Amino acid sequence: MSAFLRTIGVLLTSAVALTACSTTDTPAQNPASACAPSGGGPVTLTFTSWIPGIEEVVQAWNAKNPDIQVKVQTGPNGNGGTYQNFFNQLKAGNAPDLGQIEYDALPGFRVQDGLFDLGACDIVAKAKDQFVPWTWDQVSLGDAGSAYGVPQDTGPMALFYRADLFDKAGIAVPATWQEYAAAAEKVKAAGGYITNFSQSDINQFAGLAWQAGGHWFGNDGQKWTVSLADPGTTKVAQYWQDLIDRKLVSSVPPWTTEWDNAYNTDQAWTWVSAVWGANSIASGAPKTAGKWRVAPMPQWDGAQASAGNWGGSSTAVFKTSKHPYEAAKFALWLNSSDEALTLLNQKANLYPATKAGANLPALADGVAFYGDQKIYEVFAKASTQVPSGFTWGPSMTATYANASDGFKAAVSGKGTLLDALTAAQAYTIQTLKNQAIPVA
Amino acid sequence: MTTAPTAIVTPAETRPRERGSVLPRSAAMLIMGVCTVYFLLPLWWLLVGATKSREQFTGTDSLWFADFRLLDNLGELMSYRDGLFLRWTLNSLAYTAGAALLGTLLAAMCGYALAKYRFPGRELIFNVVLSGVLVPATALALPLFLIFSQVHATNTFWAVFLPSLVNPFGVYLARVYAAAGVPDGLLEASRIDGAGEVRTFFTISARLMAPALVTIFLFHFVAVWNNFLLPLIMLSDERLFPVTLGLYTWNTQIAQVPELRGMVIVGSLISITPLAVAFLLLQRFWRTGISTGAVK
Repeated sequence: MSAFLRTIGVLLTSAVALTACSTTDTPAQNPASACAPSGGGPVTLTFTSWIPGIEEVVQAWNAKNPDIQVKVQTGPNGNGGTYQNFFNQLKAGNAPDLGQIEYDALPGFRVQDGLFDLGACDIVAKAKDQFVPWTWDQVSLGDAGSAYGVPQDTGPMALFYRADLFDKAGIAVPATWQEYAAAAEKVKAAGGYITNFSQSDINQFAGLAWQAGGHWFGNDGQKWTVSLADPGTTKVAQYWQDLIDRKLVSSVPPWTTEWDNAYNTDQAWTWVSAVWGANSIASGAPKTAGKWRVAPMPQWDGAQASAGNWGGSSTAVFKTSKHPYEAAKFALWLNSSDEALTLLNQKANLYPATKAGANLPALADGVAFYGDQKIYEVFAKASTQVPSGFTWGPSMTATYANASDGFKAAVSGKGTLLDALTAAQAYTIQTLKNQAIPVA
Repeated sequence: MTTAPTAIVTPAETRPRERGSVLPRSAAMLIMGVCTVYFLLPLWWLLVGATKSREQFTGTDSLWFADFRLLDNLGELMSYRDGLFLRWTLNSLAYTAGAALLGTLLAAMCGYALAKYRFPGRELIFNVVLSGVLVPATALALPLFLIFSQVHATNTFWAVFLPSLVNPFGVYLARVYAAAGVPDGLLEASRIDGAGEVRTFFTISARLMAPALVTIFLFHFVAVWNNFLLPLIMLSDERLFPVTLGLYTWNTQIAQVPELRGMVIVGSLISITPLAVAFLLLQRFWRTGISTGAVK
């Protein structure tokens, strides 16, 4: 037995030794905030992204830039493991030069000091005005001179609805949330549900709160503030709680075949979703082709049009990169050139974050599934109506998981959405404190 | 199966006892039946799902066939992105078959040496190996990544292959089997006849240990085939992915590219086939192996 204990001791010490030697040499290859061309011959950059078809987009760049060659690496989506890999690689000193990071994950990398501030690159600073203003908020993280990534795509939200069913039942397409609730009753009477309330897509709920003027996080440079149950969000939570209580919305788990089936068989009539949702309906509910249309999101306040955003990524440069200038150059091309934006839209339905991107020829055509409606015009308008100033927190995975548990309980009748948000608020603050991140 | 004929010649006096055990026996059958259904139902779902077109996948009963389109789906899967899936499957076979064969050999030699040779530090080594059984492979993935980073060997074939060779539980099994199944007398005889230790191992001991080796091989095969976390952490070049990681990657992209759902389903069906084949082919040996261990 003593031999056994001894061996365990040996194992433990060697493990400690290994971790120790691996953490000491995280390199600081470039002096912070220097963003100058590397000079001295061709450069090879690595870029990790999970966008389907990204290889072909990068090929277009490599063909024209023999001096800055980009190698694509891939993996599951961010929360599926790639973010954790980034953190591991930063620790081991072999992170790629560039990585795809969703807006809501960017602050997490920022507080771990893993990102290169592209605000130091004059080419990035100059390009700022090409992007829709609120998308820049998503990467500047509260500091006007900074940019911890280049905005890539966005998910402006609108109302997908079944024009044929609304016509047949004689219900007007709701323009306000009040009308939406009234329509929900009529839809229920006609034997359907106006929509499915998603128990687990907290990002979608965030989009709804964002539209209503909610601000979940703030950072004054010193401390974080967390306000998951601020007045705007409370209004939205109570609104949906009422629809749930009156059983006017269904609550099948999202992204399942059951969920697809509800849309495919006329049980769900609308979906308040992002621009990329157009493709989800088309593939999940093929029987309903030609019957869907897109309208602007219902409004809280008729006077001032506002829209939410659901999803979107940036291309970030990691602090360990030896060639931040070249990386910034590639990131700008990837996210603002017509060529790249068109390819990204074709391959992966990405909706650009630039102002000019809304006018891409690929986004001008009518879409057959939506009765040849030019649906992207609706989203282009929505994109300009997303309120500025919404920031994400540094621990969104934990926040989402906790809120999602609360939402699931609320949907099954235990507690309310607002309870869930209040609990998630407390949990988020605790999580930040545990990570030694200052909270006001 | 072999017990069935003996029931015919069972002496009369034992029959009442058997009749008394009808209830427990049917209860056991019921539990077995429920378990069988429970375990086979997802496989059935997968098989049915793999034969459907995308429209019918959501639109029709998920436990019964619609139009049979398995071959079209397979063709689509194999041609998607220049046969990437085929490459993943071959990668998995390379990682798994290679690691399981070599790993079994290493485990067999190590276990055999620990069982049959007396040398200082023998128990210490065995205890170190045993403590390796206690540490889950998941917990080792990150330290392994940091070590491989030091020698700049992450994102290579070897980053997944080398750690997969190690199988402490196999060493343990091999030692137990070798101690019980390889008589010392036989080894003495072989030495007296002039066979070297290596020849003795391969021509005599390894054959006596064959059922155990099959067990070790199967365990190892399943473990490496299903290994997910290590490749997830180590690899970022999708041309090196094993099929588990590849399918997982596609599965996370379904929201963006909904066509992938069908491919993930068909791909999953294909990815479990080698396991099923390995079990069906080797279960005869395996059963012998388990009973050998049980009797001793």
